[in-house]
Amino acid sequence: MATKLVVDCSTGEVTEVELTAEEVAQREADAQAWALAEAEREAEATAKAEAKASAVAKLAALGLTEGEVAALLA
Amino acid sequence: MAVTYKLIQTVTVGSGGAASIDFTSIPQTYTDLLVVYSARTSRSAVYDAFRLTFNGSTTNYSSKYLQGNGSSASSFSGSTSFVSCYVNGATSTSNTFSNNAFYIPNYTSSTYKSLSGEHLYETNATAADMFLTAGLWSNTAAITSISVTSDVGATIVQYSSASLYGIKNS
Repeated sequence: MATKLVVDCSTGEVTEVELTAEEVAQREADAQAWALAEAEREAEATAKAEAKASAVAKLAALGLTEGEVAALLA
Repeated sequence: MAVTYKLIQTVTVGSGGAASIDFTSIPQTYTDLLVVYSARTSRSAVYDAFRLTFNGSTTNYSSKYLQGNGSSASSFSGSTSFVSCYVNGATSTSNTFSNNAFYIPNYTSSTYKSLSGEHLYETNATAADMFLTAGLWSNTAAITSISVTSDVGATIVQYSSASLYGIKNS
């Protein structure tokens, strides 16, 4: 069970307290939201890299040199 | 005269880690507060973000950030639910911890609460990101508790620490 550190500044007492069901749910929601955002970011990066590779291949097929392709992409 | 910094409380996370660090029952006898973190979380990334909240509230925050890493710089706005600072994540260099500090003036006043922050997550590598924070909590209640949690529900790992200081202006 996940816990939080609670520091009571009036007494100096530090206690480990189990998270409430609401806090556990919030943590899980935060983790899921991040995982989803991360997956979307990775998918977007992959799609962008694939589109770039495809564009480079098509330009090469048209007869452009590597240098010319690089100049276009710069 | 007699401007003073007094350590109110400090805490180090134990072997089990912690989901959050909460300072509660903060004495109302100082002028300003300074809260300092040295932290690292279990998030599977180079960095994580802390969510800083007051009195358990998750509304009426606003914040601006400046970020730089030696080769690029940017600025951005933050959430309305908390104020952020960046800390080391699990894939940053082993055994490195972030440096974070929030200064909160006039925390007992009946006006809105401003705060400023300076942060970096250290990776013992060529690049290290630094941040400056300007924040506001649009609430007139005196601050009696301060909490930080991971932005992604990760665990604050062992040896992370937090210290709360009180500052008096007389």
